[in-house]
Amino acid sequence: MTMDYLSFEQPIADLQSELDALTKAEVTTPELAEQIRQLRQKLTQTTREIYDNLTPWQIVQVARHKNRPYTTDYLAMVFREFVELHGDRKFGDDRALRVGFARLDEQKVLVLGHQKGRDFKERSQNFFGCAHPEGYRKVMAKMKLAAKFGLPIITFIDTPGAYPGIGAEERGQAQVIAENMFEMSRLPTPIICVVIGEGGSGGALGIGVGDRVAMLQYSYYSVISPEGCAGILWKSHEYAPKAADCLKFTSKDLKGFGIVDDVIEEPLGGAHRDHQHMAATLRSYLKKNLKELLTVPVATLLERRYEKFRRMGQFLELPAAQTTAPT
Amino acid sequence: MDQTPTTTSEINTNNSTRKKRGVPEGTWIQCPSCKKTVFRKEVEKRLNVCTECGFHLYVSAKQRISQVLDEGTFEEWDADLVSVDPLGFSDSRSYKERLVAEQKKTGLKDAVVTGSGMIRARRVAIGVTDSGFIMGSMGSVVGEKLTRLVEKATERNLPLIIISGSGGGARMHEGILSLMQMAKVSAALAKFHEANGLFISVLTNPTMGGVAASFASLGDVILAEPRALIGFAGPRTIKATIRIELPDEFQTSEFLLKHGFIDRIVHRERLKSEIATVIDYCGK
Ligand SMILES: [Zn+2]
Repeated sequence: MTMDYLSFEQPIADLQSELDALTKAEVTTPELAEQIRQLRQKLTQTTREIYDNLTPWQIVQVARHKNRPYTTDYLAMVFREFVELHGDRKFGDDRALRVGFARLDEQKVLVLGHQKGRDFKERSQNFFGCAHPEGYRKVMAKMKLAAKFGLPIITFIDTPGAYPGIGAEERGQAQVIAENMFEMSRLPTPIICVVIGEGGSGGALGIGVGDRVAMLQYSYYSVISPEGCAGILWKSHEYAPKAADCLKFTSKDLKGFGIVDDVIEEPLGGAHRDHQHMAATLRSYLKKNLKELLTVPVATLLERRYEKFRRMGQFLELPAAQTTAPT
Repeated sequence: MDQTPTTTSEINTNNSTRKKRGVPEGTWIQCPSCKKTVFRKEVEKRLNVCTECGFHLYVSAKQRISQVLDEGTFEEWDADLVSVDPLGFSDSRSYKERLVAEQKKTGLKDAVVTGSGMIRARRVAIGVTDSGFIMGSMGSVVGEKLTRLVEKATERNLPLIIISGSGGGARMHEGILSLMQMAKVSAALAKFHEANGLFISVLTNPTMGGVAASFASLGDVILAEPRALIGFAGPRTIKATIRIELPDEFQTSEFLLKHGFIDRIVHRERLKSEIATVIDYCGK
């Protein structure tokens, strides 16, 4: 895969091409080997420095990187098998959301997630990962199926938002998102949700209610897109970086607010730089948490799931003058 | 979520006219729908419905409560919850300043009033969002008050009525915390449903974004006022995405009725009696 560098990654790109030139040399001398070793070290150090100091807007760029692993990539790398289930039996088969049976080693699960698409053709078919009501209905129906037969559920969130269009409104976009949250809050089986790229408001939350909610390190999860926010506040998408600063939507912010349980570390330089590494980390996270959740009796699981979302929010209750902050 | 500034400008026009009570130009108001100048007292007599075209104008949460409940029966719950500024959010003015200004403008602490009262001598739990307060958007306070309302309705076995008016959906200024209120209230409603509670959701102009995509769409029975703007994405966002003109009546109550998402369109003058009828059939 050819690397596409983001503008703030220019120092990384320069060092990499320098390194590529050196490693192409046919004769290896001890001096050259030493030079390569030093350059590699510098590359690692530079990458770390840049990635340790990403601005919220740069994180959005990484979360949207076209080489970032998508749901189907994880389906192939994390699970032993994937048996896709299609259609909502009411209207159609939305390609922006994929769902099916899968095996995490021996554990049978139901996996679902948004799928943006790698090339232009796939992206247009998938509406760039913006799902329609039939997509949300499809995954809800399959989640009920999973609960009926005792399969735990894993969801991968990666959407700019639910699709804004005429058909989507005609077929009840608002209603399906509401219904999915309502139903997921009571589904009697363990649910793990992971934001793998973009967590775009209601479209993300429509598959985002679970017992564990995690984010990959350089994903973001927001009430509104930075462009949308900029459009409202400053009447121009050009202010998106400024809006990104305001919205506090990085994995670190959300962990601080008590919205996500865990932040899953990405490989150096982001998930797009090493799919296998990212998949391995994600896989061990899912295994560990599923194992824990499967020991919890269903009644307790549902009570905890309720309490988890019940605690979210910050406000002041005047007479007592105390803040309810997430713990 | 999507915000729809087009609709609030209408509300604000109406709102600011309301404030001019007593001054000569306050005797007349312009209908945001038919643009005709109408006699204010006549409009108010008809519960803020335009005397010329029947458009349902803005009513505040407090006015709404007096229109729907039996006189003198309302008891407010959780009146002391106020918003904080968890993000340190600031655009042209800080969120903190905005809250103070909105509180002054509306006389409310935040965008929802909740409590209990009687409808035709039957006790109900009721919540009303006020689209005059930061576009009726839902932040932590709105989410918390509604969740407490649903929980109390569950404990006390009361029919639940939520009347929504929100152009803003989930409140941007509280970021992800606002988004999560959608899940929080929806989860409380799921428990209420399991306890066989009756939830009547009433949609008014406008009900958009994260409010439409959570509690407002979860009623056992969903009623809507005529010609209200109701939908997920704002019309501007949709237009910008698909780049074609939107059909007439798109995202109105009539559009939703036609596509099967609401039970009945109810004129404001009949709202109280229709709610009472539903409680008659489904209440315990
Ligand atoms: Zn009129």
